Amino acid sequence: MTHPSAARRRRLSGLLLLLVLLAGLVVASVAIGTRALAPGTVYDALAHALGCPGGPFECPAQSTAEEIVRELRLPRTALALISGMALGVAGALIQGYTRNPLADAGLLGLNAGAAFLAALSMFALGFTAPEQYIWFAFAGSAIAGAVVFGVSSIGGGKASPLSLVLAGAAVTTFLQAMTNAIVLVDNAALDTYRFWVVGSVSGRDAAVFWEVLPFLVVGMGMALAAAPGLNLLSLGDDVARGLGVDVGRTRAFGLVTIVLLSGGATAAIGPIAFLGLVVPHIARTITGPDNRWLIPYSALIGGALLLAADIAGRVVARPGELQVGVMLAVIGAPFFIALVRRKKLVTV
Amino acid sequence: MLMLVLALAIGVFGLFCLDIAVGDTHIPIGRVLDVLGGGGSRSQRFIVLESRLPRALTAVVVGAALGLSGALMQSILHNPLAGPDILGITSGASLGAVAVLIGTGGATTGLIATVGTPLAALAGGLFTAAAIYVLAWGRGHGGELGVTGFRLVLIGIGVNALMVSGISWLLTQATLTDAARAQLWLTGSLNSADTSKVIPAIIALGVVAVVALSSARTLAALRLGEETTRVLGVRIQSQQALLIGSAVVAASVATAAVGPVGFVALAAPQIARMALRTPGEPLIASALTGAALVTAADIISRTIVPVDLPAGIITAALGGPFLLYLLVRMNRKATL
Repeated sequence: MTHPSAARRRRLSGLLLLLVLLAGLVVASVAIGTRALAPGTVYDALAHALGCPGGPFECPAQSTAEEIVRELRLPRTALALISGMALGVAGALIQGYTRNPLADAGLLGLNAGAAFLAALSMFALGFTAPEQYIWFAFAGSAIAGAVVFGVSSIGGGKASPLSLVLAGAAVTTFLQAMTNAIVLVDNAALDTYRFWVVGSVSGRDAAVFWEVLPFLVVGMGMALAAAPGLNLLSLGDDVARGLGVDVGRTRAFGLVTIVLLSGGATAAIGPIAFLGLVVPHIARTITGPDNRWLIPYSALIGGALLLAADIAGRVVARPGELQVGVMLAVIGAPFFIALVRRKKLVTV
Repeated sequence: MLMLVLALAIGVFGLFCLDIAVGDTHIPIGRVLDVLGGGGSRSQRFIVLESRLPRALTAVVVGAALGLSGALMQSILHNPLAGPDILGITSGASLGAVAVLIGTGGATTGLIATVGTPLAALAGGLFTAAAIYVLAWGRGHGGELGVTGFRLVLIGIGVNALMVSGISWLLTQATLTDAARAQLWLTGSLNSADTSKVIPAIIALGVVAVVALSSARTLAALRLGEETTRVLGVRIQSQQALLIGSAVVAASVATAAVGPVGFVALAAPQIARMALRTPGEPLIASALTGAALVTAADIISRTIVPVDLPAGIITAALGGPFLLYLLVRMNRKATL
């Protein structure tokens, strides 16, 4: 047992360390790519961009290097950063509200919902650009999430771990069949869809970043506000009720927060499996179960992991690149399996 | 009970004949029976025997294999929702097939297209299953070495996600034509069914059926739970491995023949169990129900649906809501 103030100091210094790591990754993400740029060039480009009156993405570029940084790498890095943070926090919330260490947005049908409505908009409205279909993907996540949570809590109202995962699988398979039907009859939709579904931060311009930013910021604020209530819920529904918590309302607030974070990030960069699952587990080893610490830690680790996976995807497959969704599945699946093999974590 | 199974078998035969009868040129059912018995005119013989029989036969065999596979897995893992789809075996098979479809760069004819894809699917399914089994091996709750059902299901879900991601990545690497071809295969289409593909499937289904039926006693014991089985003296791990192995072969062969036909393996045993009111998932009735489902889906896809949608989409579109319904029912029961 550590002394409370010592634990607090450890958590604060951990937070500081993570911020430094994140800053390093942001710089690396801007510097590393098909065309290597010298640190000085990157610094100049960044300094010029940040000092620009019209905002960092809007300035006229002075050189090719600056154009690469400004038009491609800066929006890409910003998008990876906020999406990773949102997915990490969403994962912590999903696991907290369901009291299930194996829950994550991909397993719960949120991604399949986003995929279905995104594909539908590509087919029916001919959308090809992310900033067009983003709202449809968002709505799809919300609807699928509501159905999965609803079905798995009918009866006992408990949303047991296995029934949540399986309700997610059922909704996922149904929506996947519908999505398949769409992309089968329309080759144009297939061509847009296959690059969205793999999960990638490349090729999204700054408009996508600005569109999802408000939702993710509001979502993260809501997540921080939800943390104390989530701590009480973790004592069990009855105890929480005894302490004056409105369990149903707290859960509904949580679901809205999850949809804002996970739905927003998925709409912007495509379905990313495993990030939301893995990040809270890493965070918990440092913070313990207290959600007031777990949530900010999950945000920073999520951002760092997505950035790192995106950078790794650019390095391992040079001169091309491996999409960040693929990189994370390759890293995440073995982690998930190792987690399941640890008997302690598997509770039904 | 026997009467119900018999009625089911007759029903499957009826659907089989109907599947042959419907199409661009409609052939009356009486004529179909006539041709199958050796009669009929030359043009009718051609349409029935050359063009429609292989397809209908494939639907029956694939459905039966999936139904049997699902019944075996659900019995062994004591989980009505476990099956080759959720465990990642289907997506492992799909990854193998898609790799060949895209890797050969548009070889639509020749040895690679006709033999390579099914073989790759078979290898992918078997490899995935072996990997899941090895990864699920470990100490159970009692401390003894072995494979516990719940761990197997969860590891299967994880492996499934990895396979799905691999398929998505391959689709982005292909030309649009190849991607569309792979996508068609991924939806479980009976369009490419022919005699060369259905014969290996029939043989595999036969072998698996013999293994499964001769283990009926073991299966009944396994259904009682792992503790009871050990007391009864069955060498649980090896028997369990043999039966899971058969289930995997059945699912992989079915997927190899036509692509992944979603949710038949999951839904068929549950429908059969409810219809026959048996405690566990009945093997023969599950296989027959599976055959009926896929054949019916094929008939629906060729008559009612305006566009030519593959049978796999129809089964998944009906199966997803059915799984949700099962889940709601299970939740209700658990709270009583």
